[in-house]
Amino acid sequence: MDMKASKKLGLKERYALMTRDLAWNTTYQPMDKVFPQTTYEGIKIHDWDKWEDPFRLTMDAYWKYQSEKERKLYAILDGFNQNNGHLSVTDARYINVLKLFLGSTPPLELMAARGFSMMGRQMNGAGPRVACQMQAVDEYRHFQTQIHSISNYNKYYNGMDEFAHQQSRMWYLSDGKSFFDDAITAGPFEFMVAIGFAFEYVLTNILFVPFISGAAYNGDMAAMTVGFSAQSDEARHMTLGLECIKFMLEQDPDNLPIVQRWIDKWTWRGTRKLAAVGMMMDYMLPKRIMSFKEAWEMYVEENGGALFKDLARYGITIPKCFGQTIEEKEHVSHQSWIGFYMKPGATPFHTWIPTPDEMDWLSEKYPNTFDKYYRPVLEFFDAQEKAGNRFDNKTAPMNCQVCVSTMKFNEPGDPMEMCFRESIYKGEKFHTCSDHCKEIFDNEPEKYIQTFISSHQVLQGNCEPEGVDVNAPDFQPGKQILDYWKLDKRALGDFNGSEDQKNFAAWREQATKN
Amino acid sequence: MSNAFIAFQKNDDSRCIVEAILEDNPNAMVDDQPSMVKIDVPNRLVIKRETVEEKMGRSFDLQELQLHLITISGNLDETDDEFTLSWNS
Repeated sequence: MDMKASKKLGLKERYALMTRDLAWNTTYQPMDKVFPQTTYEGIKIHDWDKWEDPFRLTMDAYWKYQSEKERKLYAILDGFNQNNGHLSVTDARYINVLKLFLGSTPPLELMAARGFSMMGRQMNGAGPRVACQMQAVDEYRHFQTQIHSISNYNKYYNGMDEFAHQQSRMWYLSDGKSFFDDAITAGPFEFMVAIGFAFEYVLTNILFVPFISGAAYNGDMAAMTVGFSAQSDEARHMTLGLECIKFMLEQDPDNLPIVQRWIDKWTWRGTRKLAAVGMMMDYMLPKRIMSFKEAWEMYVEENGGALFKDLARYGITIPKCFGQTIEEKEHVSHQSWIGFYMKPGATPFHTWIPTPDEMDWLSEKYPNTFDKYYRPVLEFFDAQEKAGNRFDNKTAPMNCQVCVSTMKFNEPGDPMEMCFRESIYKGEKFHTCSDHCKEIFDNEPEKYIQTFISSHQVLQGNCEPEGVDVNAPDFQPGKQILDYWKLDKRALGDFNGSEDQKNFAAWREQATKN
Repeated sequence: MSNAFIAFQKNDDSRCIVEAILEDNPNAMVDDQPSMVKIDVPNRLVIKRETVEEKMGRSFDLQELQLHLITISGNLDETDDEFTLSWNS
């Protein structure tokens, strides 16, 4: 009997054996009938075997490392919860950023899991199929860990429990929902650019890196472990997106204009989605580590710029919107926060006026814009609040037909002028927030006229709780919108005077005194 | 020239990995942030298994990087011995 142990396989051999070698070409049906989705977008692929995951991660290694990540994550979560970790965050205002972050992100993770499950079925090559399946499992993991992280906070603070119901109904959650709905209803290659490139490369690098580093600085170990654990998967996801783009460009020169249009479109959509992350960093973290502008420069301008320079060898040019995004980095976080501050009766998280030293921090970080445009507005609101006249805009917002952001961004080059664009399609007028969203609309109007915009639908009687007769003579649209949203009324209003504020102060007192 | 970068959660393993990167990439720049560390290297960043093993005093599989890394930038190539991030520009 030969007792000699066989040599351990190298990474490349193992990857080849356990991905491509386990795949086969179908014979009962032609391959293009088994994989019918990968041709209709116009992308030409000649050799699927040219796609290789550069991590060379095989399924056995994937399970091993993912289970280790989970063990670490849940050990930290348990320790945090057992130790009354929620009382060790900087101050109770911080909880509101979790309501926004953990209230909006899990349903998007779930959509990503669905999307990548579809990609894992639709891609012809074994390399991308395996990588997409891994990503589908990752996204499902993120969805679960985020909910587990929020569940402990939900025991103590208001407004966190109806995020799943609110996802498809709440006005300010529509932009994220529309991002994923747009991606998942596109073809498989466009989905890969939308999520693999724009979402992973542009968005998550800011949400899960400097924002989560900030969460750690604010004493929130639960969000920190969930965020960093998720982002350790995102490194793989970004690589998959980047490989997909390179693969398309290398396979056929005819793919270039299609890929360029997707990069232009999704860079812009990612940018719009980031405005809310900007306000989370600049306004909602009591202890700040880095401004949104600095994070933008590091992760989008420099890192995105490096990518576009790298892709120039295939003929890719910098996205058309890039110049405008650079101009907007000094504005969007302030515009977002002011937008939310003005609607204390319509979100399950509280808003507030920054303290004087926080305003000074903003002046320092935004020397070109904060004192000139935004400090005066915030100081005016502050004086109004102190005079017993807290600003409350009770009207429904108007949203962009493409990105579904509320209309609040300025005209390029003129911060004092709000930007609106309109397109006429089949005799009907549609509004967009910018030239770039208008271009996206005009390119695929049949798709975007279907966008569900709750703040517009409410006026048509389509956003009412069950049992409301929209044909009754005294029907008033939107009168019961809070019930339609299942909005916890304790979570409404300014942070000052809120139940969360009082409870946190009382519990912290209890935790430190006998 | 663009920077390739990698960021890790701060812990004992990643401390050794960072030491190895600094040794193998003379132009590396360390950006110390709360609970994480980011390392930028112009154009090409390499992590060598042998150097990491030397720092850790134990054998190390480069795929273990998965446990600690937060984000990367650059075109990736991973073999048994090297984990490389690079830009073609």
